[in-house]
Amino acid sequence: MSPINYVYLAALLFTIGAAGVLIRRNAIVVFMCIELMLNAANLTLVAFSRMHGNLDGQIMAFFVMVVAAAEVVVGLAIIVMLYRARHSASVDDASLMKL
Amino acid sequence: MTALAATAATSTGEAVQFWVLGTVAVLGGLGTVLLRRAVHSALCLAGTMIILALFYLANGAYFLGVVQIVVYTGAVMMLFLFVLMLVGVSAADSLKETLKGQRWMAALCGLGLGTLLIVGIGQVSVGGFNGLAAANAQGNVPALASLLFTKYVVAFEVVGALLTVAAVGATLLTHRERVEKNKSQREQAIERVRGGTQLPPLPAPGVYARHNAVDRPALLPDGSPAELSVSPTLRSRGQIREVSSEQLARLAAIEQRTAEYQGRPTYPGPKDPGERALERETAGEEEAARNGQPSEPEDAAGTEREEAAK
Amino acid sequence: MIGLLVGVPLLGAAVLLCGGRRLDRGGHWLGTLLSAASFAIGAALFLSMLGKDAEDRAMHSKLFSWVPVEGFQADVAFQLDQLSMTFVLLITGVGTLIHIYSVGYMEHDPGRRRFFGYLNLFLAAMLLLVLADNFLLLYVGWEGVGLASYLLIGFWQHKPSAATAAKKAFLVNRVGDAGLAVAIFLMFTTFGSFAFAPVLSSTGEAGEGTLTAIGLMLLLAACGKSAQVPLQSWLGDAMEGPTPVSALIHAATMVTAGVYLITRSGAIFNGAPDAQLVVVVVGGVTLLFGAIVGCAKDDIKKALAGSTMSQIGYMILAAGLGPIGYAFAIMHLVTHGFFKAGLFLGAGSVMHGMNDEVDMRRYGGLRTHMPVTFVTFGLGYLAIIGFPGLSGFFSKDQIIEAAFGKGGTEGWILGAVTLLGAALTAYYMTRVMLMTFFGEKRWQPDAEGREPHPHESPKIMTIPMIVLAFGSVFAGGLFKAGDTFVDWLEPVTAFEHGHSPVSATAVTASTIVSLVLGVGVAWFQYGRKPVPAVAPRGSLLTRAARRDLLQDDFNHVVLVSGGTHLTRSLVYVDNKVVDGAVNGTAAGFGGLSGRLRRLQNGFARSYAVSMFGGAAVLIAATLLMRAV
Repeated sequence: MSPINYVYLAALLFTIGAAGVLIRRNAIVVFMCIELMLNAANLTLVAFSRMHGNLDGQIMAFFVMVVAAAEVVVGLAIIVMLYRARHSASVDDASLMKL
Repeated sequence: MTALAATAATSTGEAVQFWVLGTVAVLGGLGTVLLRRAVHSALCLAGTMIILALFYLANGAYFLGVVQIVVYTGAVMMLFLFVLMLVGVSAADSLKETLKGQRWMAALCGLGLGTLLIVGIGQVSVGGFNGLAAANAQGNVPALASLLFTKYVVAFEVVGALLTVAAVGATLLTHRERVEKNKSQREQAIERVRGGTQLPPLPAPGVYARHNAVDRPALLPDGSPAELSVSPTLRSRGQIREVSSEQLARLAAIEQRTAEYQGRPTYPGPKDPGERALERETAGEEEAARNGQPSEPEDAAGTEREEAAK
Repeated sequence: MIGLLVGVPLLGAAVLLCGGRRLDRGGHWLGTLLSAASFAIGAALFLSMLGKDAEDRAMHSKLFSWVPVEGFQADVAFQLDQLSMTFVLLITGVGTLIHIYSVGYMEHDPGRRRFFGYLNLFLAAMLLLVLADNFLLLYVGWEGVGLASYLLIGFWQHKPSAATAAKKAFLVNRVGDAGLAVAIFLMFTTFGSFAFAPVLSSTGEAGEGTLTAIGLMLLLAACGKSAQVPLQSWLGDAMEGPTPVSALIHAATMVTAGVYLITRSGAIFNGAPDAQLVVVVVGGVTLLFGAIVGCAKDDIKKALAGSTMSQIGYMILAAGLGPIGYAFAIMHLVTHGFFKAGLFLGAGSVMHGMNDEVDMRRYGGLRTHMPVTFVTFGLGYLAIIGFPGLSGFFSKDQIIEAAFGKGGTEGWILGAVTLLGAALTAYYMTRVMLMTFFGEKRWQPDAEGREPHPHESPKIMTIPMIVLAFGSVFAGGLFKAGDTFVDWLEPVTAFEHGHSPVSATAVTASTIVSLVLGVGVAWFQYGRKPVPAVAPRGSLLTRAARRDLLQDDFNHVVLVSGGTHLTRSLVYVDNKVVDGAVNGTAAGFGGLSGRLRRLQNGFARSYAVSMFGGAAVLIAATLLMRAV
């Protein structure tokens, strides 16, 4: 098996996540799709790490995880606030950025 | 495991593992995107993440594999579920698209992006794995640690600071400042009396006269239904059943006959329930009533029931 | 001292125009006094000038630096030489006489103070014009006299005809003024200066083409101001102004400014024979043009206006001859100033006695009723037709001689034209004389039914006429005697004797013959038999001449209609093409923006689509770049 298959899988997952971001309206699900995309990126990093035979890729993946955790914390807080204010978690309801 | 990750080539076992688990991972991703209920999406995502953790392990990233399970499936996904509970776990997303052309554009973008990525990857020539045997010689965790605390120590510190800031920020965001003092029980009682709200407990539903169900209003001494006796939740759901005016009329007739038989003066008849029904009718039905269709008590009750069915 | 010449009448204008009603009673005397003071200053300067040698007579006086810019020095400076001195005396002298005359003529006019203010303004501007030592200051005076002329033609602005005539004069003059402006620009670019001394002394350095261009532009200016063909159409209508104005501005002084300009810039014309030829042609054509128009007009003032045009044609022709003609042009200018002013004042006197009637067919037999007017007008008449011994004889005879002196075919043609002009002059002036003062009475009541009671004008009007008549009689002889005038001007204009193929005696003889011919024909037509009170239909030429030889029709067809069509098409182009382009662009951007605005729908997911689309395009571009 070619190691590139891991990267193909990651691309597939990334695309699925991206499509989810575009399609879903529930802010939490959108967030989950973003997590999926981040995980796909992590998978490539780990695969590259093994391809190159050094651990820098894993370190990168580690940092991505930490940043993703921070992002989730803040993002979910924002969603909660949004829900309190609007009683809705739909991203379409927060459409104030228009004329 | 160690031998597996350390080798430059991939074994058949790993290939099997990849194809099986990869399929499951893709299915999980699709489920995340396509399932209507957010909880189901979250579960699918958790499954995909676990599989990814397995892939990490297969690629010699033992530390990351564990961290993936602990941090992602353990912490992050639980956080998601908590928020889902807060926001309302039962409400299913309508999958009907509201933005015109959004789904087409999304499909186009997704397909285009995927095709391009795959074409791009296809153009890269990869020689195969170098293997992590040398790098993981002293064990994966010590190797990572030695990198993390030497070469990447600044980034590590910065990320630590970032986490702290995120924690503080989340606290701040969700924190609600209480601007006035809490009301004491006494104050609340005074307020309730002054406000003229219902002071005694609400009347029980359907316990008077002939009915004994929570979805039917009780009847007041004069025979009219007591609206307060039905739970507002049921009313807002439209699951309330009207007291039939036929029965009320029969009741009135009995009263009348009793009165005549005993020779005492008759009570004033119960208020026509049809009038009450009319008051609750929606605007459209009101219009219909105004258009000259005399709404009989039965009719009104019937429409209300139909409405409830909707 | 020279500045005072200009300053005194300017002060008068300022005081009279700004002074308000309290000056209504004595303002006219103030104006007259200041005019006379200006004349006195001029006379004093003249006397002091006579005391010097011919070469040292020119005086300079710099008042102040007007535009002190590096490379562009414009000074308010005056130059008083023999040529300027001649004009100063003519302007202030005739001007003062006409001021005096106007005191009587405008006695009952409610706007008398304003009238004298304008007259003083005119004097100041005209003096500035002739005293300036550079072309820029000359241009200021040039515009100033144009303004005064405009104001005075339209003095009775309640009459629509007067207001229109004023506008017409102003607009036609503007064409000439543009010519002068262009000429000054050309001078500055060519010589780096516009002062007389550096420009006129360095004409040799410029190419003949440049000199010709400058000369033609100067000629255009002269045509506008001096009513020469093709810019002559305003002078006839300018007679709408009060008669003293016609006498001073549109006969004696302002209209001769063109002759002054050409004489002053003689050095330029000397270096440009082609321009000189055009000058001569313009002068000759106008000479005949004005004379023909003068023959047909029944309005006494318009007949005299035609005559003025014709006489200035003589001057321009003489000025175009070069050094052999400059002195005679100026000499004729001065004598013409006397007799034409006298004639106009006489006409004014006649109108004064005839309820402002101007149609000569309603005059007749006035010689017994206004003897002084008759005598002075008659002397002016004799002078203009060139009766031997009077001013016009000497000055005109000199011009005819100089025209022959041009030499070659040109000389013969010019000589013939000037002789023909002399005959025509004799004809139309005799016609005016006969129709006005001889024959039976053809008086008719005016529009309000008042019968005319011709009477002699008051002394205040007749005295200036008498003085001018003296000038008409003696000025020519005085100038001619011993070539005084030519010698006087020689340092400024230079002088050469022409090489006439015919002897001076022969020229004089033929002049007298043409004069007798003209007078005879006129007497034959108007003296022998009664003049019809209604003008006969006349020949084609007569009818054309009555309409000013169709000059207005020509202007209307060519300029007005052409201009209107051009304007309309330009407006159409502006509306459809220019505005269309601008509005179309605006509408296009507006529509585009309206459509682009819909992209900003506020939905985060739409933005996300754009983002991913952009990312996809970027990846595609990267791949393409790698593939190439």
